[in-house]
Amino acid sequence: MYIYDDYDRRIQGQRVKQFRAQMERYLDGQLEEAEFLPLRLQNGLYVQRLAPMLRICVPYGLLNSRQLRKLAHITRTYDKGYCHVSTRQNIQLNWPQLEEVPDILDELLEVEMHCNQTSGNCIRNTTTDQFAGVATDELVDPRPYCELIRQWSTFHPEFAFLPRKFKIAVSATEEDRAAIRVHDIGLQIVRNDAGELGFSVFVGGGLGRTPVVGSLINEFVPEQHLLTYLEAILRIYNQFGRRDNKFKARIKILVRAMTPEVFAEKVAAEWEHLKDGTATLTQEEIDRAKSYFTEPDYESTDEVAVQSEIDRLASENKAFSNWLKRNVRDHKKPGYAAVNLSLKPTGISPGDITDKQLETLADLADNFSFGEVRTTHEQNMVLADVRKADLYELWQKAKAAGFATPNIGTLTDLICCPGGDFCSLANAKSIPIAEAIQRQFDDLDYLYDLGDIDLNISGCMNACGHHHVGHIGILGVDKKGQEFYQVTLGGNSSNDASLGKVIGPSFNAEEMPGVVQKIIDVYVESRTEEEPFIDTVNRVGIAPFKERVYAKAS
Amino acid sequence: MPKLVKDGAIVDNDWTLMAKPEGEAAEASVPEGKVIVPLKVWQAQHDALSERSDLGVWLDTDETADELGDEAKRFPLVAVHFPAFADGRAFSTARLLRERFEFTGELRAVGYFLAEQACYLRRCGVNAMDFGPDREHHLEPALEALEDFTEYYQTSVDQPLPLFRRRAS
Repeated sequence: MYIYDDYDRRIQGQRVKQFRAQMERYLDGQLEEAEFLPLRLQNGLYVQRLAPMLRICVPYGLLNSRQLRKLAHITRTYDKGYCHVSTRQNIQLNWPQLEEVPDILDELLEVEMHCNQTSGNCIRNTTTDQFAGVATDELVDPRPYCELIRQWSTFHPEFAFLPRKFKIAVSATEEDRAAIRVHDIGLQIVRNDAGELGFSVFVGGGLGRTPVVGSLINEFVPEQHLLTYLEAILRIYNQFGRRDNKFKARIKILVRAMTPEVFAEKVAAEWEHLKDGTATLTQEEIDRAKSYFTEPDYESTDEVAVQSEIDRLASENKAFSNWLKRNVRDHKKPGYAAVNLSLKPTGISPGDITDKQLETLADLADNFSFGEVRTTHEQNMVLADVRKADLYELWQKAKAAGFATPNIGTLTDLICCPGGDFCSLANAKSIPIAEAIQRQFDDLDYLYDLGDIDLNISGCMNACGHHHVGHIGILGVDKKGQEFYQVTLGGNSSNDASLGKVIGPSFNAEEMPGVVQKIIDVYVESRTEEEPFIDTVNRVGIAPFKERVYAKAS
Repeated sequence: MPKLVKDGAIVDNDWTLMAKPEGEAAEASVPEGKVIVPLKVWQAQHDALSERSDLGVWLDTDETADELGDEAKRFPLVAVHFPAFADGRAFSTARLLRERFEFTGELRAVGYFLAEQACYLRRCGVNAMDFGPDREHHLEPALEALEDFTEYYQTSVDQPLPLFRRRAS
């Protein structure tokens, strides 16, 4: 994990001091509401429907146990004792007091955390695979590059007032778990024929009102040129992105208007000026970044003996066996596993976690995973380096803490934005819909038989719940002051990214569990053996689903 | 005399900012004295205005640095205009004028921007900030905000080496 040096501490300390002064000027009436707005947003502070919301940055999803304990303390002291994991791997506080935010920032600084650029029209937190560094299908660890991007984008003086927000994601695996094609910039780490590392660069992907899959504008940018190339893209966007209409201000609109080819040429021309300049990464700097993400002190174990013991326990204990199947993943190191801790038990808002749970999580991290955890864009937590020999003990402790719901990847592991219960942008509530669907599908055997299904819910077209890329997507809409829900099918956020298609007119909240049930029924009747939900949808199309869902009651 | 922030101090502003003409740029009358003219007026009256040494030029937010280009060097002053403080195009324009077109004269921000933006403006090469006669209460806060940050990660006009090249040494 990256560790601050004196430079990082000085920069971050100056940031907190700066924001404290800005807050004082605002409270003093010297700054108008509209003037304070972008300043507070760039420090993570929203003003929501019921209270301010503070979005704490979790760089590429990595947290240590000290930070978790600090977050527990903050939620207890400044909030109502819980927080929320967002779909961009950040942590949100729902009930902080506006005036106390500078104090929260000071507390965060003590554990090398911050709220920099977690909102506003600037470069946001860079995200990546939650299994970075331990994945079996990984080319190299993407996190050092994420950290290099973090430092470059932090308080970048030229790009703090962009046309719109700007999100970058990095993937280094065959299976894209960072949804890079629906980001403003998606970076796929690749190796060229000469064996050199570099990036395939996708630009202009995004969800929101106008969902678009990103376009490849450069197949190979050598790693030392990462920052100058990003700078060239951002400069073209800052100068030419639309500013007359906030709904047309994302880079995807610019790329589409120019065409990806012309946009790529513009970037290439700008890059000519920047390439090989002082911002070109040095090997020393790449190595320095990598030095913070070295392998922990893995023990060698008797893999066969450990596995047979796990198999024995699993055969005796169905619940443990279920958990192993759904929540535990392969690890690149023999004798180790990566463990998903579910934040989606039925009845809890997806992604919510209490102060006590944060402390338990810190203990679990210390005892089982070298003191670190990761947040995931599916709004769960991951212990990435667990000895297989410890799995049974970890499962028992995770279960006691409410983290062991064995539903990872299933229909009830749904992604859900805070929705109309909290968010002032929302058209409709999303959390009650999530809960109603979880209750409809509470039979685990049935759920496992259905297999992997991504169900994503957004309370408005800003798409924080990534509904376009859910295999089943649900979007809250407002019709004459009433809340309705539109359903899409066939979205996908992985390598063959695609956007879901709307099946027809929207439904009211009460109808939703039944609608999802009908969709699932059609899948079960139509699937070939072992065929996952998304493949069935792609094969048979949405017509049979539509027919069933809108069939008149006979 | 109106005031502005220049090179870290509050000083008199002895330049007049000429508004964009309503009619043809070629026919707009440019006053005597130290005047900052719109880019379009400069382009339209290029030959006539070339003789004057007391002339500055200003770029609106949708006018890119290369529209002035190497000619920037002939002016003692170039201004970049903010129609609204959240419109950040001028940050790129300023940097490009300094870094690509080697402009070394006074680079001034004009229009509606905030004291809170002073540090980023300075880092992008702006050394003078004219908040306008009605917003002079921004001058003192801008002086303080200039040094909000004294250390940075990226390259910028005031620090051409990124932190990683200085950190190593």
